[in-house]
Amino acid sequence: MRRLLVMSLTALALAACEREDREYRANPVTSETNEKIALSPLSAGPSGPTEQRSGLGKEYEENAYHISQGQRLYVWFNCNGCHANGGGDSGPALMDDRWIYGGQIGNIVQTIREGRPNGMPSFRGKIPDDQIWQIAAYIRSMGRNVPKAAAPGRKDDLSPGPAEQRRPPGEVIDGGQTPPSAQMPQ
Amino acid sequence: MGGARLALSVALSLILQPALPLLAQSTLPQPSAPPFAVTPEDGQWSIPQKNFASTRYSDLSEINTDNVKSLQVAFTFSTGVNKGQESAPLVVGGTMYVLSPYPNILYALDLTRPGAPMKWQYNPKPAAAAQGVACCDVVNRGPTFANGRIFFTTLDAHVVAVNAETGEEVWKTKLGDINRGETMTMAPLVAKDKVFVGISGGEYGVRGWIQALDANTGQSVWKAYNTGPDQDVKIGPNFKPFYDSDKGKDLGVTTWPADAWQQGGGTVWGWLSYDPDLNLLYHGTGNPGPWNPNQRPGDNKWTAGIFARDPDTGEARWFYQTAPHDLHDWDNINELILLDMEWEGKPRKVLVHPGRTGFLYVIDRTTGEVLSAKPFHALTAVTGVDLQTGRIQYNSEKEPVNNRVIRDICPTAPGAKDWNPSAFSHKTGLLYIPHMNMCMDWESVEPNYIAGTPYVGAEVRMYPGPGGHMGEFTAWDIREGKELWTINERFPLWSGALATAGDVVFYGTMDGWFKAVHARSGEVLWQFKVDSGIIGQPTTYRGPDGKQYVAILSGVGGWAGAIVSGDLDPRDGTAAKGFANAMRELKNVTTKGGTLYVFKLP
Repeated sequence: MRRLLVMSLTALALAACEREDREYRANPVTSETNEKIALSPLSAGPSGPTEQRSGLGKEYEENAYHISQGQRLYVWFNCNGCHANGGGDSGPALMDDRWIYGGQIGNIVQTIREGRPNGMPSFRGKIPDDQIWQIAAYIRSMGRNVPKAAAPGRKDDLSPGPAEQRRPPGEVIDGGQTPPSAQMPQ
Repeated sequence: MGGARLALSVALSLILQPALPLLAQSTLPQPSAPPFAVTPEDGQWSIPQKNFASTRYSDLSEINTDNVKSLQVAFTFSTGVNKGQESAPLVVGGTMYVLSPYPNILYALDLTRPGAPMKWQYNPKPAAAAQGVACCDVVNRGPTFANGRIFFTTLDAHVVAVNAETGEEVWKTKLGDINRGETMTMAPLVAKDKVFVGISGGEYGVRGWIQALDANTGQSVWKAYNTGPDQDVKIGPNFKPFYDSDKGKDLGVTTWPADAWQQGGGTVWGWLSYDPDLNLLYHGTGNPGPWNPNQRPGDNKWTAGIFARDPDTGEARWFYQTAPHDLHDWDNINELILLDMEWEGKPRKVLVHPGRTGFLYVIDRTTGEVLSAKPFHALTAVTGVDLQTGRIQYNSEKEPVNNRVIRDICPTAPGAKDWNPSAFSHKTGLLYIPHMNMCMDWESVEPNYIAGTPYVGAEVRMYPGPGGHMGEFTAWDIREGKELWTINERFPLWSGALATAGDVVFYGTMDGWFKAVHARSGEVLWQFKVDSGIIGQPTTYRGPDGKQYVAILSGVGGWAGAIVSGDLDPRDGTAAKGFANAMRELKNVTTKGGTLYVFKLP
């Protein structure tokens, strides 16, 4: 009976592994994952753009540890200074379904690393690659584009609204979405 | 100042129409505009402040309390930019000048032709990345005119001079670096052939300064910082502050933790005034950085105060700090209105200033002595101003503590009143103050200085103050230190005010109403619904046809309206530094815009 209990607990622990999986040797700052992402659904020729996504994003955005690290780093690197707790400020909202440069995790990683012309600074060489992925995974949790079990359950500071975990699953309108505020001349 | 009392005073003023008997009760004469601001009306509106005393009063009286109800649209014009329009339309001769928010396009409209068609446009092509370091929408507070040129600032920290006739660039000078969070949003002031401008970026750890440029060349004449050693601040033997707490060597260094003054804020992004008789330039200084006060023990000189400087050299003459060791982001950049008044039997040259702290300050502008400080907003965070020491009295229960949420702090981070300027009527002697009625919860958290990113360290959420409304338009009796009447508005007032000799006062609301009210009774005489919320500055002028016109830009935005202009998500109450929490409903009543409206009588 006791052996059975131990076995079932072990099985349960193993099943939970993916949620808690963590890497102890992170990439050095200089290395970059190389996603080849098109920012337009259009391409020359009828076949659509050519892309290469590593699939690494799934490891991050389905993993509670990475998302929770991302939540901490989001504040450490002052992301909240411009995007608040996802509602936006001088930078656009991150918890909604509008993504100017695409809302898949690879696109967000690229946006953080490269910067964007209307005010997003480039963090290349300032944030280690794996931490960029963690921040991107946390950003994906804001609109609940990650599994409920992996999304943060609470925030330590003044409550801006319901925690990520309690939000309804989100949809991302992927790529090339222009918010009305970008409808400007020039 | 409870909502009930306000409602009562509004009701009373309506009953007592006209409210002249109310004014006649006092034996003291009302304050008046100084002689240099009382020139014969030329029918123009050439600088946003209207005159160096910043009264925003026009002697035009064709539009009056009887006929204002017939005002109708004369023409409109799209700025082509759907961001917050805080600018003032200027009129010089037969030309109107309109400046858009980023990308800061200057338009000249020909008033001599039907429909006021565009004469030319000038585009300074500011760097797009500057949008990322503009704290509170990409606004600009207006161009200014002097000696045949239009001067204005751009979001990417340039100052430009443009030929007012042709639209050709005369000079363009870069004064800041967006990689350090430096931007420019203020309207310059031009006097004595110098262009006075300051830097924005108090939320990015920018070290604030004011600078004088040669109006002919754009070359720097002097530059004075508002933190750091006396030499940088231009404090020398002629600096004679009224209060002891402002006396001492290098207070801009010693009232900070080591080196913190280098990211200490004290930016200059608001209103300047100039007294040609005293030869003094007046400017406010912004909040200390970061917002979180626990990281910067000390008085944090010379932030959150008022400087009087010699416009020729930049030398400081006096300083008064409205918020020593500022606790709640109370920049002191609001309008500085220069008036003459009798105080305790003696004539005084004063500076009147409705502050973010919630007090209406009357300050002797020769010496910096505070004559009175009376509250015009519901207060919990402060209890008063000690006139012996000049120091504001903070309520210790509302002082921020790291990682603890302090509730019911009134006024809020944008203050009892933000940048949007009041108007002083030379005729009624009253001050018309567009302001807020709000409170907030605040949690100080430890910020991290990374140049070019925000340096704030506070989680905030705001909500309506007592009574449930968020905006108030108040007629203030400066001499008595009390309000005469107040109009409550659903949303915070983020538009400026305009006073006219027709006894009509104008302002706009964030839900898109442009209003004309009776200067004495506060009765709303006329209102017109424009296409988007109003956060601009109304102006008036006499057109080439000899008729009086009133102009206003619509287009909601700014800090208060960022929820609409920046497409923010209202589910996050901390969005827009906590303003979104109070402004959720704004999304349901207005959309973005950018339109000039000009009104006239039929």
